[in-house]
Amino acid sequence: MNDALDVALRLLVVFVAFLALPLIIGQTEHKVMAHMQGRLGPMYAGGFHGWAQLVADGVKFAQKEDIVPADADRRVFQLAPAIALLPYLLVLVAIPVGPQEGAVGEVVDAGVFFVLAVMGVGVLGPLMAGWASANKFSLLGGLRTAAQLLAYELPMLLAAASVAMAAGTVSLPGIVNAFEWWWLPWQIVGALVFFVAGLAELQRPPFDMPVADSEIIFGAYTEYTGLRFALFLLAEYAGIVVLCGLTTVLFLGGWHGPWGADGLGWVWTLLKTAVLAFVVIWLRVSYPRLREDQLQKLSWTFLVPLALAQIALTGIVKVAIN
Amino acid sequence: MNLAAQHHGFLSPTGVEIAFLLVGLVTLGAAVVTVTTKQLVHAALWLVVALGGLAVEYLLLSAEFIAWVQVLIYVGSVVVLLLFGLMLTRAPIGRSPDADSGNRWVALGVALAAAAALVWVVVDAFRTQWIDLDGPAQGSTDVTGAILFRHWVLPFEALSVLLLAALVGAIVLSRKSDRESGRTEQESGKSDRESGKTDRKSGDRTRANHGTQAPQQARKEGTR
Repeated sequence: MNDALDVALRLLVVFVAFLALPLIIGQTEHKVMAHMQGRLGPMYAGGFHGWAQLVADGVKFAQKEDIVPADADRRVFQLAPAIALLPYLLVLVAIPVGPQEGAVGEVVDAGVFFVLAVMGVGVLGPLMAGWASANKFSLLGGLRTAAQLLAYELPMLLAAASVAMAAGTVSLPGIVNAFEWWWLPWQIVGALVFFVAGLAELQRPPFDMPVADSEIIFGAYTEYTGLRFALFLLAEYAGIVVLCGLTTVLFLGGWHGPWGADGLGWVWTLLKTAVLAFVVIWLRVSYPRLREDQLQKLSWTFLVPLALAQIALTGIVKVAIN
Repeated sequence: MNLAAQHHGFLSPTGVEIAFLLVGLVTLGAAVVTVTTKQLVHAALWLVVALGGLAVEYLLLSAEFIAWVQVLIYVGSVVVLLLFGLMLTRAPIGRSPDADSGNRWVALGVALAAAAALVWVVVDAFRTQWIDLDGPAQGSTDVTGAILFRHWVLPFEALSVLLLAALVGAIVLSRKSDRESGRTEQESGKSDRESGKTDRKSGDRTRANHGTQAPQQARKEGTR
């Protein structure tokens, strides 16, 4: 009974985090973008610093009519937002935030593989949405999504494999436990490759070719309205949380910090994740969009060789240490 | 029959065995729908269900590592590649009347024969082996890695060579079509696009084949 209660409590905490963190990221994005680009709109709603902007957005989405295009494939069209969102919830379960026994939703033995595999399922959402909408722009968006995913999953996996080699385990808590400060310079190339490839998987700027508004309206999500559209946006923010959390855990040492690692480890994890999330937002307002051929080129001729070089370096250092 | 087998009766199934059976039925159903549905993209999506069901079966047999690799490679890459191919060529919404083949009865026969042979071999080989589901996990990454690289190194390497041969074959095919199209003014753009496409495929195969990254490097240079 106690065990069941424990598991239920943990899952509840993960669920609350899943609901809260993406919204916090969304609100932060509003404000950071408003400050960086001198936008006035997001600073208006609710008076002080535009605090009610997110609430207003939520109300707007909830009261819009839920439309399914006449020619669309109804069931696939309606299922797509759930497919896009739910995998991130599952991934969040496996990310450890602190060194204690209870600081992770569920310890998964092959954690790295679990998170990458489940994130790979989430990308079916945009594909289904793009195809089922019966819209040329949606289909083009779906195509671009698929091409981008095929290109960027390999470097992401290779970079993660490098850390797993360094730690000698594929369990996420195990990797953080094995972390030493000098891993930071040792794995820095892998970290950059992982982060960039993750950004591309999330279709965040500068890799937002699949939703390029000036060319194909909003890609795979063009036909969506109301709450279903909001779910796709939520999936993007949940993806940012997951990507930043994973980069923290794999490359930045998770709960390790210069001081206070005993009781306040989870603060370090959250802090590092938040800084990375800020970088993601920062990139959105400061980098122009990459063209489709530039996207492919970046992955195949730059990131993949870099990731392979990182794996070779990891192997050499690992053997030298042993 | 040894002692271990006698302890397990087929008439008193445990919860895991019942779950295994139910998931198996769902997987089989999804697989049947995959090959019988007239809607092309739906077939690909049902394939996701079938492959995911297989992953759950691996999980229930405590082969955790294999289960996640199954999801990563088949659902995450192969199906995405499949959908990409469908969208590139044609993926009509609704039924495709021409998505039918006159070979369906022959195909059914071949499928049944293959299934019978596989079931017979597996049953015959593992008749008396039982997995202790309560003990330590026997399919963890640790155990799988040790077995793969100590006992089964030779088959593993032989498979790598097989995949290398497939990669070389892909290069040959793509280069031939390149020469036929001639050195026109679109040459650079076209070969760019094609090398991108084959690269994606090769990336997929290299991923299926952990540890042999060299072939991809080699063929990247080949296509340039």
